[in-house]
Amino acid sequence: MTFIAAIGRHFLEVLAAIGRVGLFGLEATSHILRPPIYGRELALALVHIGWLSLPVVGLTALFTGGALALQITAGGARFNAEAVVPQIVAIGMVRELGPVLVGLMIAARVTSSIAAEIATMKVTEQIDALVTLSTHPMKYLIAPRIFAAMLVVPVLVGVGDIIGVMGGYLVATGPLGFSSTGYLRSTIDFLTLSDVASSLAKGAVFGYIAATMGCYAGMTSGRGAQGVGRATKGSVEAAAVLILAANFLLTGVFFSR
Amino acid sequence: MITLSGLSKSFGSNHVLRDIDLSIDQGESLVIIGGSGTGKSVLLKCILGLIEADTGSVCIDGTELTPKTRAAQMARFGMLFQGGALFDSLTVWQNVAFRLMRGPGRLPKAQARDIALAKLARVGLGPEVADKMPAQLSGGMQKRVSLARAIAAEPEIIFFDEPTTGLDPIMSGVINSLIHEVVTEMGATAVTITHDMSSVRAIASRVAMLHAGRIQWQGCVAKMDKCDDPFVSQFISGRADGPIEAVR
Repeated sequence: MTFIAAIGRHFLEVLAAIGRVGLFGLEATSHILRPPIYGRELALALVHIGWLSLPVVGLTALFTGGALALQITAGGARFNAEAVVPQIVAIGMVRELGPVLVGLMIAARVTSSIAAEIATMKVTEQIDALVTLSTHPMKYLIAPRIFAAMLVVPVLVGVGDIIGVMGGYLVATGPLGFSSTGYLRSTIDFLTLSDVASSLAKGAVFGYIAATMGCYAGMTSGRGAQGVGRATKGSVEAAAVLILAANFLLTGVFFSR
Repeated sequence: MITLSGLSKSFGSNHVLRDIDLSIDQGESLVIIGGSGTGKSVLLKCILGLIEADTGSVCIDGTELTPKTRAAQMARFGMLFQGGALFDSLTVWQNVAFRLMRGPGRLPKAQARDIALAKLARVGLGPEVADKMPAQLSGGMQKRVSLARAIAAEPEIIFFDEPTTGLDPIMSGVINSLIHEVVTEMGATAVTITHDMSSVRAIASRVAMLHAGRIQWQGCVAKMDKCDDPFVSQFISGRADGPIEAVR
């Protein structure tokens, strides 16, 4: 009986946590839509989340695209399907790997950084100081970060898609001996506008999740260095799992027939 | 005038504030003393609305502070935090001018910077620190910057949370003098919480002692030393033996 009660309590705690995150996300979204908008904070968040994430996103996509080309060639050789390398690299990168890998990289790089920064501000009473200076923390700290992530992560996904396809192209036209024009033509002919649109839409959702989880963990962190550490770790875990779950749901929405 | 009526706050089974009634007159400098963990910071944060009280009310000039009225009233407050609470990502002058550059009555950047430099000068800091980051300053300088930020918008009511904690005795004296000077010349109402008796004697016009979540004693600073309350007597003399239990 005690065991069942413990499971029940844990389940209720999980539901309560989901509710708290949901309400936090709704409140943050309402602040994005209402003035004032802090332009400097938004610009800084755009640079931090977007521009400074480009190297890690680009390298991740490049190596993944190249590895994908090698795998498809090796796997396809079992049933003489090596010729479909350009199409599968393109669809794999644009529909799935591009958005998911960028989302996970953003969770690792940006979610952790937002959570640690805001948690430290909370521990050192900087959030309280904002309130006493007549500035709403949700509007000044949270809304710009979430809005910036929703704007810039789709751009990063687009860049990641292109670099990933280029990674496949470099491997295919180098060691694997594909013709350059044939590879590019197959890629362009095969990809549709809806593939690209779904990729960018996933990017916007993943950006929202990554930034919201970082902000939530920071604002609800415990005291001291341990509180900051727990907030950071928890935010990355939650963001990564939610991004993968959201990817599954979005793939179902976009591509199930 | 600030009026606290029946203010109580508990964290689980820990009753931090119990039915606090306290009035602070306009232009008065009230210092709230008490040992560590007696609820001084919680009381200050309840007044500011940073922590929601379980019961009771806080009124400013007869207007009760509620979540709806608090935002408008907050413009009348300034606050010096125990650790400074300066924003790491902003320079010193941007910290001082933070309120001046935001909100409905925001000033142009150049004008806000001029005011920030004047406030920094008022607390004894030259223009050479204006473009530094807070992390580049010593603890005493950070306290001065925080004081400059608290007075930048010339608030009517200023709160000081442990203003001398972590400072050496000389720097504590400097900060105490600065607080006394700026509060006097601005004519502001000041509420300070501290357990530093040198701060009490330098800043206070009236003293209230918080113990076990209740106001144990209150009176003008001149009467404090002659007071026959055993709690106050033990606290100001710093004795280990007495009605206040000391953990050894």
